[in-house]
Parts: sequence; C-alpha cells; structure tokens
Amino acid sequence: MSVDTETVLRIASLARIAMSEEEAERLKPDLNDILGFVEQLGEVDTSGVEPLSVVIENHTRMREDVVTDGDKRDDILANAPVAEHGFFGVPKVIE
Amino acid sequence: MVVSEYRIQGATGDWEVVIGLEVHAQITSNAKLFSGASTEFGAEPNCNVSLVDAAMPGMLPVMNGECIRQAVRTGLALNAQINRWSRFDRKNYFYADLPQGYQISQLFHPIVGEGEIEVSLDEKDPEGTVKKIGIERIHVEQDAGKLMHDQHPTMSYVDLNRSGVALMEIVSRPDMRSPAEAGAYVRKLRSILRYVGSCDGNMEQGSMRADVNVSVRKPGDEFGIRTETKNVNSIRFIQQVVETEARRQVDLIEDGGTVVQETRLFDPDRGETRSMRSKEDAHDYRYFPDPDLLPIELSEEFVADARASLPELPDDKRHRYENELGLSAYNAAVLTAEAETARWFEALLAESAKKQDKPESDVAKAASNWLISDLFGGLNKAGVTLEESPISAAQGAELLALVADGTLSGPLAKQVFEIMFETGDDPEKIVEEKGLKQTSDTGAIEAAIAEILENNADKVEEYKGGKDKLFGFFIGQTMKAMQGKANPAVVNQILKDKLG
Amino acid sequence: MADIIDLGVAEIRDGFRGGQFSAREVADAFNDAVAGAEALNCFIVTTPEKAIKAAEEADRALAAGDVAALSGVPLGIKDLFCTKGVQSTAASHILEGFVPPYESTVSGKLLAAGAGMLGKLNMDQFAMGSSNETSYFGNVISPWKRNDGGNAPLSPGGSSGGTSAAIAAHIVPAATGTDTGGSIRQPAAFTGIVGVKPTYGRCSRFGIVAFASSLDQAGPMARSVKDCAILLEAMAGYDLHDATSLDEPVPNWEAGLSSDLKGKKIGIPKEYRVDDMPEEIDALWKQGEEWLRDAGAEIVEVSLPHTKYALPAYYIIAPAEASANLARYDGVRYGQRELPEGANLQEMYAATRAAGFGDEVKRRIMIGTYVLSAGFYDAYYTQAAKVRTLIVRDFDAAWESCDYLLTPTAPSAAFGLGDLSDDPIAMYLNDVFTVPSSLAGLPAIAVPGGLNGQGLPLGLQVIGKALDEQGVMNAGLALEERAGFTHRAEKWW
Repeated sequence: MSVDTETVLRIASLARIAMSEEEAERLKPDLNDILGFVEQLGEVDTSGVEPLSVVIENHTRMREDVVTDGDKRDDILANAPVAEHGFFGVPKVIE
Repeated sequence: MVVSEYRIQGATGDWEVVIGLEVHAQITSNAKLFSGASTEFGAEPNCNVSLVDAAMPGMLPVMNGECIRQAVRTGLALNAQINRWSRFDRKNYFYADLPQGYQISQLFHPIVGEGEIEVSLDEKDPEGTVKKIGIERIHVEQDAGKLMHDQHPTMSYVDLNRSGVALMEIVSRPDMRSPAEAGAYVRKLRSILRYVGSCDGNMEQGSMRADVNVSVRKPGDEFGIRTETKNVNSIRFIQQVVETEARRQVDLIEDGGTVVQETRLFDPDRGETRSMRSKEDAHDYRYFPDPDLLPIELSEEFVADARASLPELPDDKRHRYENELGLSAYNAAVLTAEAETARWFEALLAESAKKQDKPESDVAKAASNWLISDLFGGLNKAGVTLEESPISAAQGAELLALVADGTLSGPLAKQVFEIMFETGDDPEKIVEEKGLKQTSDTGAIEAAIAEILENNADKVEEYKGGKDKLFGFFIGQTMKAMQGKANPAVVNQILKDKLG
Repeated sequence: MADIIDLGVAEIRDGFRGGQFSAREVADAFNDAVAGAEALNCFIVTTPEKAIKAAEEADRALAAGDVAALSGVPLGIKDLFCTKGVQSTAASHILEGFVPPYESTVSGKLLAAGAGMLGKLNMDQFAMGSSNETSYFGNVISPWKRNDGGNAPLSPGGSSGGTSAAIAAHIVPAATGTDTGGSIRQPAAFTGIVGVKPTYGRCSRFGIVAFASSLDQAGPMARSVKDCAILLEAMAGYDLHDATSLDEPVPNWEAGLSSDLKGKKIGIPKEYRVDDMPEEIDALWKQGEEWLRDAGAEIVEVSLPHTKYALPAYYIIAPAEASANLARYDGVRYGQRELPEGANLQEMYAATRAAGFGDEVKRRIMIGTYVLSAGFYDAYYTQAAKVRTLIVRDFDAAWESCDYLLTPTAPSAAFGLGDLSDDPIAMYLNDVFTVPSSLAGLPAIAVPGGLNGQGLPLGLQVIGKALDEQGVMNAGLALEERAGFTHRAEKWW
C-alpha cells in the first residue's frame, strides 16, 4: 500500500506536526519506501500466533495505595514556557 | 416485563428512545492510578502532581494495586465477569489536559467483562417494577487534568491535580428506554458503588459523571444512529439530555435529516446539547498496548479476597429486611437505597434491640417507621442529610425504648422528638426536665375523669342513651386535663369502667 | 606511568585506590581532554565542575577509608538520560533548555557509586538513527579516519555516537549508552570499543527519555569487557519506578568474568549470512569462531528462520511506540514552544512539533502514527507483534542447541557522514544483526575484532540467553583476549 500526499497530510495532522504540501510531497517517497519495506511482514504466516505482550518473563508488582509524591509545584512548573499563578498557560481554548 | 412505555410523539407517530450510559466513576484511593500523588479534592493548582502526572520526559507509570482491587470488587458487585488477564492500552489524542498525549485506558482487554444490575422504577413496588440493565464492561483509566478558561483574556490555565486520578468506566448495554430508567440505573449504580466503597458517587465534585448515548427508533425497528453527550454530571441532567436529545433527533429525522454519530456537549443553562466540533478528529485514537506496563494477572486468591471483602449489597439487604425483619417492601427499599441509610438503620436497630432486650425482628418495624416518617421528615424539613442528623442512632433507639416501655405516648414521643431535633439532647433528659413522662397513676386519672363526668352530666346521659361516639370526647377531655401525659390505655380502661 | 586518559575504568579505580593518582588528577585530565576535543562534537553539555566535585569527594572518601564502587572514575552520560540540574535534550531542539528536576535511576546509581560526570553526550535525536547525523546539535565526528589518505569525516555510529566517539578518542574512560535496536552495539563496532546491551528490564528506564518502551535498554560502553562489567554492575537492578524492570539480583559480574568456554556451545545463525556482506566481515566472523573454539567452546550451526522479518517488525513496533512516547513534547510543560500569531492550542502543538523535531524523528512519528491509525492497526502493528513472538521462539529454539550466538555486529565498517543520509532503508539495514536480539530482549555484547582494509574497526557480537549477561561477557572476554585489539584512532582533533 502506498500513501498519497493527502494521506501524508492527514497523518501529519493526526500527529500534530505542521506540514506544508511541499513538505508532504518530499516526505511521501520516504514513507512509501519504509512502508514497502515493512510490508514484507505480510508474507509471514502468523495464524494461531499471539502478539507478543511481555518480552522477558516478569510479573506485575503493584504500588501500595500511599501518597508518596506531589507537593512540588515549583519543580512541575520550572520548565514551563508559560506558567502563571500556579498554572500552565496555553492559548485560550474555546470548547 | 415492560415497565415503562416512554414514547416521543412525532409527526409520523411514536418513537422509542434507546439509551446506553458510560459512567466514569472516580475510584476511591489515596494515591493516583500510576503515581504516588494525592487524589484529594480541592488542593492548590498543580500541587497534587508528581513528575509522572506531568508526563516529564522519562517518567513511567506504576500501577496502584488498590485501584485494581476496587475495580474488581465493583465488578463482583455488578455480578460481572472478572477477567483474570487484562491490560492497559494507550489512547492517543492531543489536548492540554492530557500531558502524556495519550490516556492510559483499557480497550482490548478490560479488567471486568459482562454483568448486570437490577433497577426498580418505583420504590413502592420494587419487585413489580424491576428491570435488568446489562453491563458490557468496566475498564480502569486515568482521569485528565482541568482547563480553566475564565482566568485570563487570551489564555487557558492548566491544572493537573486530577491528571492520573483513577477512574472506572462502567459501560452499560443500550438497555434503557426512558429518562426514568436512565435515572434509576445511575441511582442504583451509585448506590452499589457506595456500598462497595469503590467510589463516593459525589457527582457535584465530579467523582461520577456520565457519557450519555442516545438514539431513537420506531418501536420494533433496528437501533438508530446514536450521539454521545459527554461529561454529564447529575442525574437530573442525564434525564434532561435524554429528553432533549431524543426530541432533537426525532425532529431532525422527521424533517428529512439524518442523525450524525458525533460527540455532543450538554449546556445546562440552555438545557440543550450541541455538537463538539473541537473533538472532531479525535476519533482515530490509535489504541495500542501500553509497553510501560505489564499485563494485570489476577490470581484466584486475589479475586476470592476481593469477593470476601464485599459488604452485603443493596438487593440482598432489601430482601433480608423484608424476609427476616418483616419490613414492608417500601420501607426495605427506602432503607437500603443508600449505604449510609442502611448503616444508620442498622445502628438504630441494634441499639433498639439492646435497649428493649428484644430480638431485632421485634423492634424493626417501629424503628423503620420512626426513621422513615419522623426522622426523614424532620431532616427534610430542615434541609439536612442523614449524616448531619442532630439525633444519633443511639438517641433514636432510646426514644423508641421510651415509647415501647410506656413512658411516652405517641403524641408525647412526637413532642420529645421535636425537642431532640432542636437541641440534640437525650430523650430521657428531655422527659425529665420537661416532665413529659406519661402517667399511669390511676388515682390521678380517676380524679380527672370523675371531674369531667360530673361537669358533663348531659353528655354522660347521651352516651348511655346510645351515642357511642361520645367516648372519644371523654378521652380527649381526659388527655387534655392530664396535659397529654396520661397513658391512653389506662384512660380507656377507667372510662369504660365508669361509663359502664 | 601511562597517560591517565588512556586508562580504563578498572585501572582508574585501582590506581586511585592505590594512591598512584588522585581522583582530582583524573578529573582534570579528562576535563582537559574533553575541552580539547570539541572538533569531535561528542558533548552537548560539558560539566567539568561536576566531575571535579565528585573527584574531590572521592579523594576525601579515600582519605576517610570509605570509597564506593566507582569512586574516582569520571564518566560521560548519554543525553537521553535525564540528569538533575543539567540540561537534558535527547539531542533535540524541542527539549532544548530543559533542565530536569530529577535524575534518571541509572545515572543516579552511577553517581551514587561515586562516579563523576564529565558531561552529556551527543547522540541521534531521540535515539533515532544509526549514524549520529540526526542530532539537533550537529554530527558527532568519529575519531577514526580511513587509512587511504582520504579525509572524509566518518560516522561514529548511532544512536550512542557521542558515547562511542568519546570513548574511542580517550576523552572519557567509559560512558552510558542506550540500545533500542542496536544503538550501543553498532557504534561500539564502528569505533572499536566494547558495548553491552543487557537483558530488557535489567536496567531501569526511569528517567531515560523514551524512544520505544518495549525495546529501550541502558547499557555500558567502554574500552574493555571488564570495564563494561564494572559499570553494568552499578547500573543494573530492580527499580520500583519502572514496572518493566526485572526483580532479579545483580550478580557480581566483574568477579565472575572468565574466558574459559569449555563445555559451551556457540551457535552460528545461518540466516545472518546476508547478501552483499563485505568479505572482511565474513572473514572476521570465521575468525571469531576460531577464537571461541580456542577458548574451549564448540561451534554449531543454528537457524533463526524469521531473522529476515526482524527489521520490518522493528520498524513498525519502534515507531508505533515512539509516536505515542513523543506525544508529550507539545510545548506546554517544558521545552520549546512555537506559537504563531493567533494560533490556537492545536495549531501551537503542530507548530511546536514541526519546529522542534528533526526530519528522522518526524519520519518515525509519521510511520508510527500511520501503522496505528484506524484500519491499519491489525495489518501492521498486530502482525509485527505476532512476528515478534515468532522471533522470540526462534531464539528459544536455538537455545536448545547452544549457549550463545556469535554474529558480526554490523554489516559494514563505519561509513562516511552523509553517505546514507538520503536513504532511510539503507540506514536501517545497519541494525540488521542487532535488531533481532533487541526484539527478543536478550543480552548481547559488541567486541572489536580487527580492522578492515581501510584501517577501520570491525566488531563481533555475542548474544546470550535472558539474564545471562555473565555468559555473554565471558564469551566477549574470550574474543577480546584473542583479538588483542589495541588499535586506536590517531589524534587529529
């Protein structure tokens, strides 16, 4: 399967990467090469095979329900491009 | 059994509404689902936030076992299939309240599978109006943060305190057919969650909210196209969404339009729903298993322990109240609807039985009647909840004991109750101080009766002449003379003797 | 005495403890070497003051008779590791200026063991690349040159290219790397050093900028197997902050090193004989067999039938995971923000990410987004995850007849910077020998074997069973002893 420019732009939008039509044009052959490459997998008969879920045997350990973290607003906000009054600031969202 | 025939009248005939609900319930826990930050409500912005909740680079989620246990307990309480193997997935979308750029949720392998609950549409006839609502699944997921839109002219503010709080999404089958059924379902679900203790059910604080799926069809037809109205946060609003959305869809279809499968938002001020175009391209969530987390594998023992930890649930309790305590179906339904009510009633019952030295079944009826009519009446009038009741269960039991042992008559008991409600004082103290004790002193009663009969000789004649109704007059006069404190049984007996 | 900068981890540790030099002298020597090697562009940030501070503490500790495992040893830290108070960017623009208020578990363990930090090492952006050409902070230049008189700058490999170049140039004695599909082993091979990718879960991923979570593993890179063993011991261990880390005891790997391979069977996977492989690499592979046989091992041929599908599976799974892992770089909480006039929130995201990510990162995010998107998930992602199961089974079957696998590390020697940058697939093929064991989570080591005709290093890889880092390093040691690789790049910088 190969992608067209429109698909490239749709994927870019889904991935939130601003992209001009020219950039999409340029990227398209690379993406199609890569997709063509990975599509070899279609040759493999995987009927009855479960997708891998854990690569090295391990078991889930769960945390105790104890508050051990938080109360570090300065750390949380320290790297923010915009922070005011204890909040992160983003362009106004109209819902 | 068809218990409701809710129909929307359209120009082309009657329409039926089909409702499915996705209830998001905050799991009661101290710490968040994947971090050690607190879940406490009302903290300063971004103070209940760990580096994990803020999705700092390289931060990783680690599961809180209590959240998993509570989801399993909830599943068991909803008679649902517990999946011994489940897994978290990433649901990808971009929004300012979602720091990771994905929500950790469960799509492919939820922790709880199919179950069902019974809802009653009429408390007065809980058995006769019962309907089963199917549960499709329950999955565990992270809550998002919060955006504040009104604090700055050009910016929205982001608070991540809720980011990562554990939610259960309880997905119903599209089994409801009226706003009333939707309301009854949510009430019952909330009741069960509170009994189980897995969610406080507090809709005002957002710990329970629903996505309301609504479609309409002509009765007997296939399901229509549904819309999903997000984040509805009260039972009244849920019912309103069903009503207005069903009406909107009927009008749309009858005008030749088609319903679009979309996400909508409820505007409580206008009482209507509107399309949420801002989330339009969010439909392609690109779910895939979260590689940061191992699958949740539950041992038989884990599930058995969770089951053993469940309290008696509302339906079982209701049946027991009816069958073992001899309560009416209505009383049993009222007392078991909320865990807190049942807890209060059972404390009252235990104290009553102890004080009167009788089995609980002997004192249950009086206790339930007093609780439902007197105390609930008083609380209602005062506009306070049972938790805020000025009268404790022990005090209530004392009052009931005073009635049972003849110290207080019914009318006196009501007086004492009023004072208790005002002051919070013990009934014995009130009886003592105000001298409200009922008297069985035959000497005093006889003296009073003698005077009344003497002063009303004409009426005595009439009574003896066959006007039986006048007996009540004599009782009333005697009680009045005794300032309400005379034991009515004694008055009755003496009057009968005197009047022959 | 040899120049301090020519000493490895064990030699520095022991020399420092034996009083032959102070930790401060070591730190100064390496700080100077780092400062003198700017032409290689190995570092994004240097932290000489941190190295000195740790050295002074080490000297005090020694005086007090209280040294830790790595006291006196300065190290480089790959910029994928978040380091408290020191800019951590994963070599990206989008994280430029990000100063973590926390330390990654692995770097924290190294520092707690007394090591000093010389700086943050350059790398391929977000660890995506095999040549170190995708860094926002410029290419790392390999210290190696071809001996044919040409002066073409060569790739140090990637993604841990700053690490490999710095070690090969003797400006750090050792450093951390990370390996997702070969990012420790291929650069080690390109620069003639040793690198160990441990079993998935051995080292905590907490605080390491995530590329592909089910594959990422930290590991040591150094100039000897022994140095790698010492570092790995300090880096490994269960971490309750990483749900995928393994709750296994950390062996005393250094003490367990032995190049005696009597009774061990070495598998030669026949599917690794790929077309177009340079004759010299094939010859080195044969030589490796001889060396291991000489160490007492028996050589057997084994089959890993799904080898061919490892790279395609990897190039679905890794980008898919990356597309989600990199979604958090949105200009809201940290890093760069790009806010065009009048842009709304979603436009800000798109502008920020367009400006903040390099081309290769964008390519992979795009691929990952595509293979997970509606209608394609099963054909791509699920199929790749199933093929991954088959690859794991291939290895399990191979372990029935052998203890370790011997393969070349990379299908070529270092190439020139720019040679492959227009051809993503050719670039991806660099990892053809390293990706299968990554997909299976297995430990592997890259050890230098010799030079090719152009005077460039070539490496051999040993892959072992899960948790058998000891065996892998022992086989690596047997190769190292026999290869006697003492070549080093002539200093031109």
